[in-house]
Amino acid sequence: MSTTTTNGSKPAPHTQHTVVAIVEDKPGVLMRVSSLFRRRGFNIESLTVGHSEVEGLSRITLVVDGESAPVEQVEKQLYKLIDVVKVSDLSNEDMVAREIALIKIRANNVNRHELLDIATVFRADVVDIATNSIILQVVGDEDKIDGLIKMCEPYGIRELTRTGRIAMVRGTKTTTVHEAEPEKIARLHASQGRRVEGELPFASD
Amino acid sequence: MARMTGAQMVLESLQREGVDTMFGYPGGVVLPLYDTLPQFPGMRHILCRHEQGAAHMADGYARASGRMGLCLGTSGPGATNLVTGICTSWMDSTPVFALTGNVGRSLLGKDGFQEADITGITQPITKHNYLVMNAREIPLTIREATHIATTGRPGPVLVDIPKDVFQETAEFDWPETVSLRGYKPNVEGHAGMIRRAAELIDQAKRPIIISGHGVIWADAHRELVELAEKANIPVITTFLGIGSFPESHDLSYGWLGMHGMFYANMAADAADVVIGIGMRFDDRAMGRFKDFNPTAKIVHIDIDPAEIGKNFPTAVPIVGSAKNVLPRLTEQVKQQSRPDWIRWIDNQREEHPSLHIRESRRMLPQYVVRTLYEETQGNANIVTGVGQHQMWAGQHYFYNRPRQLITSGGLGTMGFELPAAIGAQVALPDMETWAICGDGSFQMTLQEMSVLVDEQLPVKMAIFNNGYLGMIRQWQELFYDKNYSSSGISQPDFCKLADAYGIRAIRVETKAEVPLAIKEARAYKGPILLDFQIDQEENVWPMVPAGASLAETIEAPAHELAR
Ligand SMILES: Cc1ncc(C[n+]2csc(CCOP(=O)(O)OP(=O)(O)O)c2C)c(N)n1
Ligand SMILES: [Mg+2]
Repeated sequence: MSTTTTNGSKPAPHTQHTVVAIVEDKPGVLMRVSSLFRRRGFNIESLTVGHSEVEGLSRITLVVDGESAPVEQVEKQLYKLIDVVKVSDLSNEDMVAREIALIKIRANNVNRHELLDIATVFRADVVDIATNSIILQVVGDEDKIDGLIKMCEPYGIRELTRTGRIAMVRGTKTTTVHEAEPEKIARLHASQGRRVEGELPFASD
Repeated sequence: MARMTGAQMVLESLQREGVDTMFGYPGGVVLPLYDTLPQFPGMRHILCRHEQGAAHMADGYARASGRMGLCLGTSGPGATNLVTGICTSWMDSTPVFALTGNVGRSLLGKDGFQEADITGITQPITKHNYLVMNAREIPLTIREATHIATTGRPGPVLVDIPKDVFQETAEFDWPETVSLRGYKPNVEGHAGMIRRAAELIDQAKRPIIISGHGVIWADAHRELVELAEKANIPVITTFLGIGSFPESHDLSYGWLGMHGMFYANMAADAADVVIGIGMRFDDRAMGRFKDFNPTAKIVHIDIDPAEIGKNFPTAVPIVGSAKNVLPRLTEQVKQQSRPDWIRWIDNQREEHPSLHIRESRRMLPQYVVRTLYEETQGNANIVTGVGQHQMWAGQHYFYNRPRQLITSGGLGTMGFELPAAIGAQVALPDMETWAICGDGSFQMTLQEMSVLVDEQLPVKMAIFNNGYLGMIRQWQELFYDKNYSSSGISQPDFCKLADAYGIRAIRVETKAEVPLAIKEARAYKGPILLDFQIDQEENVWPMVPAGASLAETIEAPAHELAR
């Protein structure tokens, strides 16, 4: 499972919260989470999902606009979902937050060098090059990515995609779930094939 | 362990969970289940006439008995017909298990005949739901779903099973325990918070308890009486909390909210400490949030942490079950008498008696409810539709038992009364059960009268026939210049209709006939319908107009009292 949405408009950074939800890797879980946000009127700035270090658990990183709702309500409502195992707000933690962007820019023999110089400054990688375009890949926090995008704009951005934020607390502290499932239940879940992605005849998420 | 079909597993698992009654309606994809039903003679199936009826029956069954109710529908329209009932349970947090069939696995997602994505549709209105993709999952899924529905803050669950999963054969593997790592309701309550609550209550000059539906579901009504009596705290309830505290108790001051008692609203507004127990500070109860008693400190006891702080900042949050928290709180609070505060509320009640019924030659609906209360000595179970009659039933009958009033508070679902009364009567066959019906509400689900006949259930139906969608007409009178647009409603002759179903009926046309008709209905063994031709334009008072604060509660205006 890996899905991402990024919503272009951004409020002032101080209203943003980075919320990490550890969820059961089951069909429909992303729909449950996103529909909760829609229904309660909470704005999602970005949402990123992928596997966690524990098999069967996925990690969702949400960036929430704290103006749209008290983040405490967001966390509590998230935690009410049965498939959500743990919720943490990383905003007051010392955290590493990163995002990846791919930017396809118009480029020709005349200006390509300028673009490569810009890429160097931002420590962006050139991942594709063609006669009339190049693709830059950049990793960093949102400000850095915004900065690079701004520099590229005059050349003409043909296509842009961003992953949305993923985050982790610095140091030894973790946001993971340690408690193991009782053996019998784990065995049942496993024997019943709960639940490898792609097993269902349709993807509800 | 034994090999079983999916259908057998469903029934075996439900029986192991203590389910012995299901309210349902067949269809193509659930035929394997219906085919298997005769193998389980301990399972009683009650055939509704519309799946919405089945869902309300399961809900009424749950509310009357405290046990989980089960409803069953086929795929597509059968499943979507359940939705209103499921949402009704969701809004009032009642444990209902909705079981649906779906098209075979290979057809899922292909828009085949009668496919509906019912897990998607009900996702925001169930506590959790499941699509079961193979038969071996059935026992664990049913255990988990039942566990989720009945523990913590109760609520509806839905389990959707494709047709070929009912037919598939597998080993029946019954899990002894359920453990969900994402679901661990906290019932205990934090000791430090309970101590802080006790301190706040001890210092309070004007404390008030607002007791809700959660007290009933936690089975904590006795514990509540002990707390209230020890610390002499007046108790008001929410509308759904009616019965969580005996209304005959000296410390009972009725219920608050849009049509609550004047003195209850004033007490909530004047209190210095508000102790909300098993309730969610809903807008119909609290009036305009920003002007609700701004100086009160709030102690909020609820099993659902997400309710705490949702609408109001809370001074002392206690996440836990009222059953566990209240005794510990009672132990720690000081004994007090608070004569001044109690006298203040008593004076309010004396000056604004809200429940006084004026002398009139007309058949006032309030009088009908009060007569029913007197005739039944306050012992009947009352199930209502939605509208004015619902409010009068809440106001003019007096409830001393939890689970005695069964009503759709959160969703306000018209048509709830008859099917929910059927469910309640099935759960408690010896309990005198009255459905207080609106002439509008009743027409939404009246086909379920067939069930009364099939199952020989002695539900007494009292139609409050005012020829109007009365609550709508009241709002049009008060806020839309008496523009009665689409609120006058024509009806069939309800007595003839009942007769067509084979049910006895009495039309009650004058005030004098009211007690006689009620006596006759009570003496009659079977189901009976009373068509009360009540005063048409009576309004429900007191009233907090929508968007106003509790302090702005309006009482019946003089010209109406003169009618
Ligand atoms: C299913 C549904 N549709 C519409 C409403 C809006 N509504 C609330 S009260 C009411 C009138 C109810 O009329 P009736 O059952 O005759 O009761 P009365 O108010 O006259 O006692 C209506 C239409 C509702 N609550 N439920
Ligand atoms: Mg009416």
